[in-house]
Amino acid sequence: MPADGGIGAPTKRREDLRFLKGTGRYTDDLNRPGQAYVFFLRSNVAHGRINGIDTGAAAGMPGVVRIFTGADFEGVGGMPCGWQVTDKHGEPMQEPGHPILAQGKVRHVGDPIAAVVADTLDQARDAAEAIEVDIEDLPAVIDMKKAIEDGAPKVHDDLSSNLCYDWGFVEENKVAVEQAFKDAAHVTTLELVNNRLVANPMEPRVAIGDYDQAGDNSTLYTTSQNPHVIRLLMGAFVLGIPEHKLRVVAPDVGGGFGTKIFHYAEEAFCTFAAKALNRPVKWTSSRSEAFMSDAHGRDHVTKIELALDGDNNFTALRTETYANMGAYLSTFAPSVPTWLHGTLMAGNYKTPLIYVNVKAVFTNTVPVDAYRGAGRPEATYQLERVIDKAARELGVDPIALRRQNFVTEFPYATPVAVEYDTGDYVATMDKLEEMIDLAGFDKRAEESKKRGKLRGVGVNCYIEACGIAPSHLVGQLGARAGLYESATVRVNATGGLVVMTGSHSHGQGHETSFPQVVAEMIGIDASMVEIVHGDTANTPMGMGTYGSRSLAVGGSAMVRATEKIIAKAKKIAAHLLEAAEGDIELKDGQFSVAGTDKSVAWGDVTLAAYVPHNYPLEDIEPGLEETAFYDPNNFTYPAGAYACEVEVDPETGKVTIESFAAADDFGNVVNPMIVEGQVHGGLAQGIGQALLEGCVYDEDGQLLTGSYMDYAMPRAGDVPSFAVDHSCQTPCTHNPLGVKGCGEAGAIGSPPAVVNAVVDALQRAGKDVTHIDMPLSPSRVWAAMNQ
Amino acid sequence: MYAFELERPTSLADAVNALKSEEAQALGGGQTLIPTLKQRLAMPETLVSLTAIDELKGIRREGDTLIIGGATCHADVAAEGSYPALSDLAGLIGDPHVRNRGTIGGSLANNDPSACYPAAALASGATIVTNEREIAADDYFVGLFETALNEGEIITAVKMPIPQAAAYVKFEQPASRFALVGVFVVKTANGVRVAVTGASEGGVFRWSEAESALSSNFAADALEGLKVPSDGMIGDIHGSPEYRAHLVGVLTKRAVTKAG
Repeated sequence: MPADGGIGAPTKRREDLRFLKGTGRYTDDLNRPGQAYVFFLRSNVAHGRINGIDTGAAAGMPGVVRIFTGADFEGVGGMPCGWQVTDKHGEPMQEPGHPILAQGKVRHVGDPIAAVVADTLDQARDAAEAIEVDIEDLPAVIDMKKAIEDGAPKVHDDLSSNLCYDWGFVEENKVAVEQAFKDAAHVTTLELVNNRLVANPMEPRVAIGDYDQAGDNSTLYTTSQNPHVIRLLMGAFVLGIPEHKLRVVAPDVGGGFGTKIFHYAEEAFCTFAAKALNRPVKWTSSRSEAFMSDAHGRDHVTKIELALDGDNNFTALRTETYANMGAYLSTFAPSVPTWLHGTLMAGNYKTPLIYVNVKAVFTNTVPVDAYRGAGRPEATYQLERVIDKAARELGVDPIALRRQNFVTEFPYATPVAVEYDTGDYVATMDKLEEMIDLAGFDKRAEESKKRGKLRGVGVNCYIEACGIAPSHLVGQLGARAGLYESATVRVNATGGLVVMTGSHSHGQGHETSFPQVVAEMIGIDASMVEIVHGDTANTPMGMGTYGSRSLAVGGSAMVRATEKIIAKAKKIAAHLLEAAEGDIELKDGQFSVAGTDKSVAWGDVTLAAYVPHNYPLEDIEPGLEETAFYDPNNFTYPAGAYACEVEVDPETGKVTIESFAAADDFGNVVNPMIVEGQVHGGLAQGIGQALLEGCVYDEDGQLLTGSYMDYAMPRAGDVPSFAVDHSCQTPCTHNPLGVKGCGEAGAIGSPPAVVNAVVDALQRAGKDVTHIDMPLSPSRVWAAMNQ
Repeated sequence: MYAFELERPTSLADAVNALKSEEAQALGGGQTLIPTLKQRLAMPETLVSLTAIDELKGIRREGDTLIIGGATCHADVAAEGSYPALSDLAGLIGDPHVRNRGTIGGSLANNDPSACYPAAALASGATIVTNEREIAADDYFVGLFETALNEGEIITAVKMPIPQAAAYVKFEQPASRFALVGVFVVKTANGVRVAVTGASEGGVFRWSEAESALSSNFAADALEGLKVPSDGMIGDIHGSPEYRAHLVGVLTKRAVTKAG
């Protein structure tokens, strides 16, 4: 292993030095010479017809450069949707227009009506207040079920209804599933809500448009998880700028959690306005704006039914979900409740028959799209809650019921179209039981009782599908993009390397973990490897980072490119050593001839590649730089078992988490410290969803949780010291690193454990409570106990 | 925020003068006013900062009374310690940033229905000292964000009689961590006072039934069967009026137990 850490070493994150010292370079740290600032005037009503916008007085105010409204964008493309779902009748989803600035109607609180560009932000805000907007209030649709009733007000007048699609999966199984329910010995039914969340990355979104008139080149600096995707979507579908005339830079990004995947109107606006004004234009979101303009997450209302036979084997599963799309289709919104959700409904279990129905609905709310886990937490939550409920109804141990139904043989083809390549759910459950001391629970519960508290324990499993692939399959499923990843490995003359990756790091630590892989492969120090990412000008076309795909897909591309480098370097070494290429071995940064003591160092070979005086020029080109694109042939399937112990204060309903244990199988692990950090973060977000977070609209579409005064984020004191383990490792069978991905696991696996634990605590205390919807705030738990 | 002039007088007299202008507004620690300004929800022409006036700062004890300057920050009250329940309350407000900026005078002048200090002042039977007069706490709190203060009147100090026993129990609203309900219980030779914050649409109030019961028997059991009606309690996404009314009872018992 390299002295400073190869594969498996808990190397400290090299990027943390600049982040902790305040020397990171975030988009808001960037300023272009002569830049102007834009302030967006946003709708304060959920639904209304724009009868007029008078910018006359505002336009003459100090510092105002220009005021844009929807009329300025009539010839410009709207915000595109990157995934087309086909409904259960084979028809494409309803896909409404999404203008950069509102045209004709506003459709949610926060919908941008006008954009004021001025010399300073304060001047832009002052002028925005002087704009007179004549809006005729229209009735808003907020509740999804009401939104698709006959005669409901329509969010988009040109669509037939507020139903985006009605998706059935697998439609061919529907009849067999119905029969299985008729034949079942027991059926457990649960209705639940997966609460709407606001991602709240630490860094709000920022966009700077810049235009170079001399070369007719546009540049967008933006807070994005995938700059190449933004370049393609914005260039090709919105502004009509060819990629070679458009550069997108996403420098240090302070957290994304999915909400920075999507292409947003503010990015297109700043790029457009910079060219129109021949002046850089900057926008920095305030936190208040983030609440009403960043894509939200989750927001599903579900009924799930589980059928069991007389021996408690799962025989069928049926779910019906209403999925909120919000007012417009955000970039990947249609895929989340369908292909990222329905395909996961088998979970860790060999349920033979599954039918999933999803109705996606437009409402007068902020668009909803992928948020850490994206569809998979929604699938896991309902499945693991209904299994827990079934165990209670049947009077069997919830762990035993799960174990009995585990998938144990791999590869396993689920009835929901995916094939798990590998896994060992028994091993992670065994590990979990080792970690949590269930035998001691009664004693702990007794001790809690002495303090007037109710104690409960909840367990669940999860499976996720990471590194969505392969491209030809996702294309058939409606993706308007490929899902490969890319890497260029450039070796310098003196042996150092730069890896230019299409993956993007916004907290994941790629600058540390990616070099560990390359260093291990060559046998050099990791410090000799540098990662470049986030700039379309100096990285190959890549799809970015989300869905826990970076190492599994981006890392694999890097491995392939490095393999090409090593293959070429061996040819050079063979020439230098006057040996046959097949006899050359690379170990610890030395090329040697097998069975001899002849060797040449890595640095001598790289120097020869660029100073090719003694070099096989007749066979190979000089230089040492290779690119690889990697398109996986399957998803990866991390899985695990989680347990949570809670105390409930019966007088106030307050839940405190006493312990939380996570046993994960991520396959091979490159940097265990980073993996643990990712799990910790995911658990905190999952616990946040379970106990604290919830985005609430009133019936008129006003956002009641528009700031941290009402939207509760988890804080350090809300979570315990986690027990995490990733020693169960079944390596992925189809990528070169055998890795699976760990970024979302914690957020996917933890909410059901928390809710199962609270229900357990209440039932042990004799309360007839079978379910409480998240967040399990004190008032909700108290209300459930006293219903 | 909109542009404004900032004045930082160093004497009370200068501050009083500066506040005579109609468009001037007093600025304590700014923990409510600055966020309000940032959202452009207020438009004062002049802000008169009270935090550079030495005579408004500091805590001193005179006999059994604690006299706290109006511009004293929460962190200083938390550290002082001679009225433990009060120090405890101050140490639970917000976070370290808030506690080192926010002032007792600012909190009492703002009279947020979920703020902690009003409960302490009302339960302790404090006296609010201003540049014009002294106001008994019972006369001071008028309603939601409403007090007996006149325009331009400045809280110079708060006189807190140190009781025989006291305790504050706060149940936090999960997001803001203001008091969803907070109960301050005080026991003196003259009886027991119970002040409740966070719960009522009318702001901080005294729970007289509990006071009577506790005055004859200062024990949590004495509250058995007592309930505040849910009418007039705040209902929002964090708790119904019934839940808040219920918490008043629970927290009062806990405060009595804590006070010993």
